[in-house]
Amino acid sequence: MTGLLSDELLANIGRTSEPRREIVTRRDIRKYAVATGSKIAKYLQGDVAPPMFHVPLFWDVVELDELTPDGVSVDKLLPKFPLERAMAGGLEIDYLRPIHPGDWLTATRTLTDIYEKHGRSGPLIFYEVVMNIEDDEGNLVIKEKTTRILR
Amino acid sequence: MNPQPAVGVALPERVHAPDTVQLMLYNAILWNGHRIHFDLPYATEVEGYPGLVLAGPMLGDWLHQVVDEWLGDAGMITRVEYSNRGATYIGDQLTAGATITAYDPQTGDLSLDVFIKNEAGDIVAPGSIGAKLYG
Repeated sequence: MTGLLSDELLANIGRTSEPRREIVTRRDIRKYAVATGSKIAKYLQGDVAPPMFHVPLFWDVVELDELTPDGVSVDKLLPKFPLERAMAGGLEIDYLRPIHPGDWLTATRTLTDIYEKHGRSGPLIFYEVVMNIEDDEGNLVIKEKTTRILR
Repeated sequence: MNPQPAVGVALPERVHAPDTVQLMLYNAILWNGHRIHFDLPYATEVEGYPGLVLAGPMLGDWLHQVVDEWLGDAGMITRVEYSNRGATYIGDQLTAGATITAYDPQTGDLSLDVFIKNEAGDIVAPGSIGAKLYG
């Protein structure tokens, strides 16, 4: 099998982002619950955060001139891959404890794997990014693994 | 309502038919400026989509909601695994559902298969959820 993945590219495995610390607010929980069509009162009132609230909490906030013309913020954790067309990816999330307004949370993202497979239509590149979210005492609150496929 | 878990039980389904306002609010709280979600001429003429594309993680949230509504205050979701299999669009009517695949009455641990399907019955977001009923 001819490899698309150079040693230089694979050397990016283990790269870690700067930790990002954010505060959870009742208002943001309420907005998220409304926007997702939730019917669950404790989320709509912002008493506790619904699962996946970490997605808006840690979505990258960048300045306008850092967005691509189609409005996307480039993920600086990722190297340039030899394949660029993104296919559907997957997500695995462990929820270790609930999140409440007033919680300060810190997210650290790590590029944990890059590998190649051969699909029916040709080579595919897979990469995995793990995001660990901890509270101020250093307890793990959420662990999320994203797998993306490029063709 | 107390959840009555048993292997093979299908949870009540929920239909989502998001409009442009809901999709805009969802991407606003994320701070997601990707044009395919709000710029119809761009989505159709430049990217070639049939309409405005629904945000993938919103479907992921609906997978949780089906289980969470059924759990109520009797337990919490501890784990999810899912994938987005294809694009979905404003105007689609999407149904979220779940079936219990394992239950341990000793520990309260539950496993469920979860899905989002479109009107044609195709699964557009398959997955599984782990939950724990409080003792």
